[in-house]
Order: sequence, then structure tokens, then C-alpha cells
Amino acid sequence: MATETHAPVSSCVDSHGGAIGMPQLCPDWMGNQIFWLVVTLVVIFFILSKIALPRIASVLAERQGTITNDIAAAEELKQKAVEAEEAYNKALADARAEAGRIIAEAKAEMQAEVDAEIAKADAEIAAKSAESEKAISEIRAGALEAVKDVAKDTAKEIVAAMGGKADARSITAAINERMKG
Amino acid sequence: MEGDIVQMGAYIGAGLACTGMGGAAVGVGHVVGNFLSGALRNPSAAGGQTATMFIGIAFSEALGIFSFLVALLLMFAV
Amino acid sequence: MATETHSTEAAAEGSSLVFHPMDQFIVKPLFGDGPVGMFTITNVTLWMALSVVAILLLLVVGTSRRAIVPSRSQSIAELAYGFVYKMVEDVAGKDGLRYFPYIMTLFMFILMANMLGLIPMAFTTTSHIAVTAVMAVAVFLSVTIIGFWKNGFGFLSLFWISSAPLVLRPILAIIEIISYFVRPVSHSIRLAGNMMAGHAVIKVFAAFAALLAISPFAILAITAIYALELLVAFIQAYVFAILTCVYLKDALHPHH
Repeated sequence: MATETHAPVSSCVDSHGGAIGMPQLCPDWMGNQIFWLVVTLVVIFFILSKIALPRIASVLAERQGTITNDIAAAEELKQKAVEAEEAYNKALADARAEAGRIIAEAKAEMQAEVDAEIAKADAEIAAKSAESEKAISEIRAGALEAVKDVAKDTAKEIVAAMGGKADARSITAAINERMKG
Repeated sequence: MEGDIVQMGAYIGAGLACTGMGGAAVGVGHVVGNFLSGALRNPSAAGGQTATMFIGIAFSEALGIFSFLVALLLMFAV
Repeated sequence: MATETHSTEAAAEGSSLVFHPMDQFIVKPLFGDGPVGMFTITNVTLWMALSVVAILLLLVVGTSRRAIVPSRSQSIAELAYGFVYKMVEDVAGKDGLRYFPYIMTLFMFILMANMLGLIPMAFTTTSHIAVTAVMAVAVFLSVTIIGFWKNGFGFLSLFWISSAPLVLRPILAIIEIISYFVRPVSHSIRLAGNMMAGHAVIKVFAAFAALLAISPFAILAITAIYALELLVAFIQAYVFAILTCVYLKDALHPHH
């Protein structure tokens, strides 16, 4: 065979360096591949499990922790902002209530003053009107008396003119009776 | 002469074995097509099933690779 | 052997089209031309060491500043950590988080090996079935041991589907047991096959680029497939890790 004359390195390689059959099925190389594969896998496994994976896990955990902390801090700040807003709103409401109270007080005071003034004025008006009522009634009484006198005189004069003689008593009685009617 | 006939048979067999890869192509296309039509109906559920799709692709593709392997074995190893 | 004649023929013919899509997967000693023994330093060693260095750079050097506000490399490291952590938590549950470093190890190694393998002229360690099979068998064995250790023989209820009708249960149990034992096979071949397929296809298109007439198309195709492979490199690492999580979930909670 040609491969034997050329001092072959393997029964799977021909004298030209080409593959005989499928190199994957060559039994000469399998031990070598398996050995180096096992070495490689063990090395990779130790690199990963001793160095790489714990490191990446810690970095990820650290990042997660930082993010959580930041979110917590942000939450706290938000809470504070909400509290501050509440305090502000409360102060505003208090100030509003205070203002309302002051306005109501001032209103009540003014109302009282106004009421007192009105009452006073009413009383004065009442007094004045009573006085004038009295004056009017006096004047009316006076006028009535005057009317009576005038009527007596007139009646006496009329009776005299008619030729009769009239005594004062009967005339007065007659007039009083008429005036009453 | 006898070797030539054996070689001819091996080559014909390799060619026939390669038709199996067409079947794998149909299978992979079927898997992905059905995944896509399902995913378009319910896109929210699609994300969780991508891994399942890849497993399905792997299974059906492996059979095509087997037929390719048979072809290679016939060409180079028999 | 048919293949031997085939490859020598192809090399002899090789004036216009030379296909050597498998040559990129050859294991070579780094120093000298001797045979590849068990402990020989080979290109496998080199590229696995480079993936260790890449992981070291990303996850250890990148995070060395332990900044609260992460730098660019640190945020990538944290993204990877959070991605795998969430995946384990979502799929395997809270009690699966104990095994998070193991899954992270697998995920980072596969991701870095896949990505480094996409560098031109690089060697893709995860394209070898020996490599992925060791990882898949390790996952399979550890998951089975965890299952029996956590649940005792209650772990066997994984295969006895109590929601199915009684007549169907033995048949389903057989199917479940077969599928359970096929898991490491599909788990390893999926990853190795994807990587191998992508690289072989790129290599085939690279061979087409030698023909002048179709070389622009070939280069365009290489670019497109390279982009696809970048996606596949990530998705296969993800799928390997998430399937490990699924198996772990079965071991921790075998009751459907």
C-alpha cells in the first residue's frame, strides 16, 4: 500500500497528506482528542466555577443591590416630597381657616355695631314720633276745644239773631251731643 | 470491477441519502412556520416558547444531519 | 479499499476540480511528524487551548474591573452568564441551578470551539464525533446518575407514562427507553454533524471557486454559508446546552 511506503503518521492519512475516509472515524486520534477534551473541560470548569461565575454573580448582585438602594432612596425622597406637600397643604388650609375666622369675627363685630346703631336710631325715632304724636294730640284737643267754643258762640249768635233767647247750658249740651255724633 | 460496482452503489446511496435532508428542511420550516403563526395570534405567549421552538428545530434538524452523515459515510468511509 | 483508490484518483485527476472536504478535519501533531499518541500535542490541543484562552479573556479578563456600569466586554460576559442562567432556571427549574456551572462550561466551550473553528484555516474540535460523544455521554451518564440519586427507582416512572391508557403503557415504555438511550447518539451527532456539514460544504464551494466561470457564484455562496454557519455555531451550542437542561429536568422531575 502507498501509505506504508511513505512512513505514514497514521493509518487514516494517505501519502499525499489527504484523509482516508472520514477523519472523524479514525480510531488512532480518538484517544488524543478525548484526553485533551477532558483536560480542556476540567480547566474551563475550574476557571468558571472558581473565578468567573462567582465574580459575575457578585457584580450582578452588587448592581442589583445598588439599584435597589437607589430605588429605596428615591422612594424615601418621594415620601419626603409627599410629606412636604401635605404639610404645605395643611398650612394653606390652616391659613384659610384662620382668615375665614377673622373675616367672620370682623363681620360679627360690624353686625353688632350696626345693630346697636340701628336700635339706637329706632329708639330715637320712636321717642321723636311719640313726642310728635303727643304734640299732635294736644293740638287736636286744642283744636276741638276751639271748634266747640266757636260752635257755641256761633250757635248763640244764630239763636239770638233768630230772636230767641238761648241759655248757655242747653246750647253747650246740644253742641256736645252733635260733636259726639 | 467489483470495487467499481461497490463504489457506484455507494455514490448512488449517498445521493439518495441526501434527499433526507430535504425532509429535514421541510420539518424545520414547518416548525418555524407554525411557531410564527401561533406567535402572531398570541404574541404575548411567544417569548416563553422560543426555547421550545429551538428544541423542535434541533430534533428535526438532527435527522437531516443523520442522513447527511450517512451520505458522508457512504462517500468516504465505506 | 474503494475509498483509498477514490482519494488517490481524485488527487491524481485534480487539475480543475479537487474535492478534499475532509482534509480539514485531520488531526496533526503540532511539533514533528510522529504518530498521534494519547498525550501528543496536536492541533486539537492548540484549538482547545485557544478556546480556553477565549473564555478566559471574555469571562475573567473582561470582568476584571467589576464595574457597576459594565464595559463592553463585561456586558457581553454578563449577557452570556444571564442567558445560560435563565435557560437553566426556565427549563430545569430552580433546583437545576446547582448544575449551572457544568452547563455553563459545556455551553462556553462549544460556543468558543464552534466560533474559533469558523476562522479560516482553523481546526474545528467540535466537528469530531469523539469530542462531542464524550460530552454527550458525560451528560447522559451524569443525568442518569442524578436521576437515580434524587428519585431512587422513582426515576423509572419517566418511562411509565401514567397518563396513557394501560394497554399502551408497555409499548410506550419500550419506545421511551429506546429514545432515552438514543439521546447521547443524537445529542453528539447533531453537534458534530452540523459542524462537519457546514465546514465540508464551505470546502466544496471553495473547490468550485477554482473554476473561473462559476467562481463569483462560489465565493458569494461561501459568504452566505459562512453567515449561516455563524448562526449555526451559536444555535448548536444553545441547543446542546438546552437539551442538557431538558435531560436534567427529566432527571430532577421524572413525573410527567
